Amino acid sequence: MQHHTAALPGGFWHRQPPNWRDLIAVALIVAIILLVGSGASQMLAPIAAIHQPDISLSPTALPNYALRTMMRMLAALAASLVFTFTYGTLAAKSRRAEMILIPLLDVLQSVPVLGYLSFTVVFFVSLFPNRTLGVELAAIFAIFTSQAWNMAFSFFQALRTVPHDLDEASHGFRFSGWQRFWRLEVPFAMPGLIWNTMMSMSGGWFFVVASEAISVGDLQIALPGIGSYVARAIEQRDLAAVGWAIVAMTVTILIYDQLLFRPLVAWADKFRYEQTAAQIVPKSWMSDLFHRAAYLHFAGDSIGAMTQAIARARFTILPHVAWSGRWTLPSRWFDVAWIASILVIVAYIGWSLLQYVSPELSWSDVATAAGNGGITLLRVVILIVIATAIWVPIGVAVGLRPALAEKVQPLAQFLAAFPANLLFPIAVYLIVRFHLSPMIWLSPLMILGTQWYIVFNVIAGASAFPTDFKEAAATFRIHGWRWWRDVMLPGIFPYYVTGAITASGGAWNASIVSEAVSWGPVKLNGSGLGAYIAQMTQAGDYPRIALGIAVMSVLVVGMNRLLWRPLYAYAENRTRLD
Amino acid sequence: MADANNAIIDLRKVCMAFAKRSGEPLAVLNDISLSLRSGEILGLLGRSGSGKSTLLRIAAGLIRPTSGDAIYRGAPLAEPAEGIAVVFQTFALFPWLTVLENVEAGLDALGLKHDQAKQRAEKAIDLIALDGFQSAYPRELSGGMRQRVGFARALAVEPEVLLMDEPFSALDVLTAETLRTDFLDLWVEHTLPTKSVLMVTHNIEEAVLMCDRLIVLSSNPGRIAAEIPVMLPRPRNRLDQEFGNIVDNVYSVLTARTIASIGAFKQAHGGLAQPLPRASVNRMNGLIAILAAPPYNGRAELDTLASALALKVDDLFPIAEGLHILEFAELQGGALKLTAAGKVSVHSDTDGRKRLFKEHVLRFVPLTTHICRVLHEREGGRAPRMRFEVELEDHLNHHDAERTLRTATAWGRYAELFAYDDKTRAFSIIPAAG
Repeated sequence: MQHHTAALPGGFWHRQPPNWRDLIAVALIVAIILLVGSGASQMLAPIAAIHQPDISLSPTALPNYALRTMMRMLAALAASLVFTFTYGTLAAKSRRAEMILIPLLDVLQSVPVLGYLSFTVVFFVSLFPNRTLGVELAAIFAIFTSQAWNMAFSFFQALRTVPHDLDEASHGFRFSGWQRFWRLEVPFAMPGLIWNTMMSMSGGWFFVVASEAISVGDLQIALPGIGSYVARAIEQRDLAAVGWAIVAMTVTILIYDQLLFRPLVAWADKFRYEQTAAQIVPKSWMSDLFHRAAYLHFAGDSIGAMTQAIARARFTILPHVAWSGRWTLPSRWFDVAWIASILVIVAYIGWSLLQYVSPELSWSDVATAAGNGGITLLRVVILIVIATAIWVPIGVAVGLRPALAEKVQPLAQFLAAFPANLLFPIAVYLIVRFHLSPMIWLSPLMILGTQWYIVFNVIAGASAFPTDFKEAAATFRIHGWRWWRDVMLPGIFPYYVTGAITASGGAWNASIVSEAVSWGPVKLNGSGLGAYIAQMTQAGDYPRIALGIAVMSVLVVGMNRLLWRPLYAYAENRTRLD
Repeated sequence: MADANNAIIDLRKVCMAFAKRSGEPLAVLNDISLSLRSGEILGLLGRSGSGKSTLLRIAAGLIRPTSGDAIYRGAPLAEPAEGIAVVFQTFALFPWLTVLENVEAGLDALGLKHDQAKQRAEKAIDLIALDGFQSAYPRELSGGMRQRVGFARALAVEPEVLLMDEPFSALDVLTAETLRTDFLDLWVEHTLPTKSVLMVTHNIEEAVLMCDRLIVLSSNPGRIAAEIPVMLPRPRNRLDQEFGNIVDNVYSVLTARTIASIGAFKQAHGGLAQPLPRASVNRMNGLIAILAAPPYNGRAELDTLASALALKVDDLFPIAEGLHILEFAELQGGALKLTAAGKVSVHSDTDGRKRLFKEHVLRFVPLTTHICRVLHEREGGRAPRMRFEVELEDHLNHHDAERTLRTATAWGRYAELFAYDDKTRAFSIIPAAG
């Protein structure tokens, strides 16, 4: 059946009576509003209810828990977006702000996400002493820290690479700063931003689960949600409940994907900068539904018109600011003073940290942490090597078969988004059951969730591999090892590096929850930096948490600088053809 | 005619310099004074690197000159002003806005109410024959339609001055011709609110077809080389004798400037800093072969060649210039004439042609000779590319230095004078064949 859109611009059209699509669309909207409202009211509830963690293991409680988990995610996403627009803009528009903000972002990005949680939870609870809100905010902040940095980076990068001709056109036509932001900068950044948001969401699920049930020293928190449900199930050694949680999470992720991201991706397609028509147009049943729901169109139009009007208005606060590309205050002395004052502040912070920490820590602590760091580093390297050996051939095999790739690719993306920590109890159960060595067998958990980044990037690389190269290789009958070395591996290399960077970063983050696990009363400790941080968090030993986090950040930054960045630069250089 | 009172934009002693890597300024435009008069289409012609686009941007208020002023409505332009609109070579349409929204974008910036903006946008769309495409996105349109949107957007703000930066050069020949004709029709009928047009182009025929006056800029740094009035009645006919004469005249001015600048560089700095054009060996050999064959038999007018080979002037000129520098051919007036060496080259086999090329590169391109000498002086026979980049940038701007070094590398590699490894970015001696 052929569908026709009812509204023809410029022409006359009959307003159609509400159709079945309107009905579904309205039902969806009402349901979403109700759910968001009920979730929000629970978040604002007095804290008494959660002081005694009372998480029910009945599967019927799960939908409500899933809703709460989902709400946290949404709140964190909104916060990340606000942060991205302000932080990214500031860094891109002011050279001096950039000097601080970008290195700072680099550091923030390498701090393990759960590290933030142990420090901020006390702060947020003290903000709202008698409300659940404080604890909720702490959890939301943890998710925020897993998303905001790379979104801000992507926005910053987009602002710095706004096409020169569009930049000139917007100046030539004298756009105000506000108009420029909404007409040029945000649209240009949009595809990258949405892609990064999706990537962050994958990590986000992991941390939302990890941050709901946490104990820092004396403070025991169990926020109603899927994460707490699983924590409770572990305590009770209830494998069936773990299974239910996995089902609930799967459904939650699918709903998020279908109701939020598919429509977003379909919508963002119009912001592609390339002037050619797309080969594959992203589709979403959700956005199709709302597009075709004729009656809703009418309501939507007025909202659309209003946001349009706001985005198009000039809104200039300063009537006449001469444009000079970026702020250029003339004096070199101002720069010197600026850098000097930054250095002084950094030195002061470092000194006061040292004052706080030095009575508590000795060099042997540093040695312990570093030793543990070595163990975790070894694990990460070995796991990446193993995952590469397994997944690169499989990924290539899948990627070269378009029909298969089309089916496997969404699955790989889903697996990357699925919080692997929900699966830990099953693995732990098996380890306990068969008396396996935790030193070795806990390790694979680190990469359980993040190996999929390697898989789907390799698949993407192999699918995008130019056909004429493949045909050339076939006509010259290049086979076997030569084919891998000269044809395929160089072709997928940039994709592989992108996937491996994400996988290794994720593995470091996951080590905090995967190196020390429990099953009821049984505690398994695989030793390593993650286990170290987890233990110190349980004990509420802040100086040593800080030490552990610092060591991990140094290791992550070091690995990025010494291994991944050079590899990435190499990949980019080798594979371009000009 | 030269009444200063009817000048709309007045450029007074405009100089523009960009900083070199060493921090010293490098002049791009030198002491340019000209006025855009009411009622005229003024054409800016010049080779790439003559700063003609920079000059247009100064007139648009998009960049500020290092010294001198662009006066508009009695005051120096410090930023884009109301009343001046620009049409861009790359169209510069916002891909996420529809045709209508793109046209309205310029009006929103004026702070117009939405219904007013829409009305004016519709009018401009109608004027430029884009009706029916209002809700299309730029990516759905062909290049010609996209540039129509560019025109509609500029005309919607009802500018007093229209600045066009090579507006037709990204279009194919037929589309460009249609757009030019349509634009000229509007101009001749005075349907436009615009009083005068400044247009940058590298297409000489286009310039003679459209403009009332041509300013030819020389390169490195850009200076006014000639001012040529075009007094032909409209509509103009390309086959007209007078039309052809003016085109020839412009070609002669351009080649004369080229020859003069090549000569000047040969004198200065031992010829080391002579900028080399982007001319590949294959293209030069191809042009030699074509020149040698009938109907040219060794000599051809550049404009004839350009239209016969369907090459833009900016594509043909570098090749001709390369041949001139290597003395396989000679630029004379608006024509290119094969030298004796060029004729020998045509009749040689691959090896002979290569030997001849090597000889000429060593004799006429001091830079490649210099690279060879440095390599032989050094132990290990290697030298980083950076060494020569820095040396060249003492005399040329970054862009020209980069192009010159690329060409020298390509010529030297073909002549088997040295090897170059892009991975290590280093030159090295070719080991003796064993």
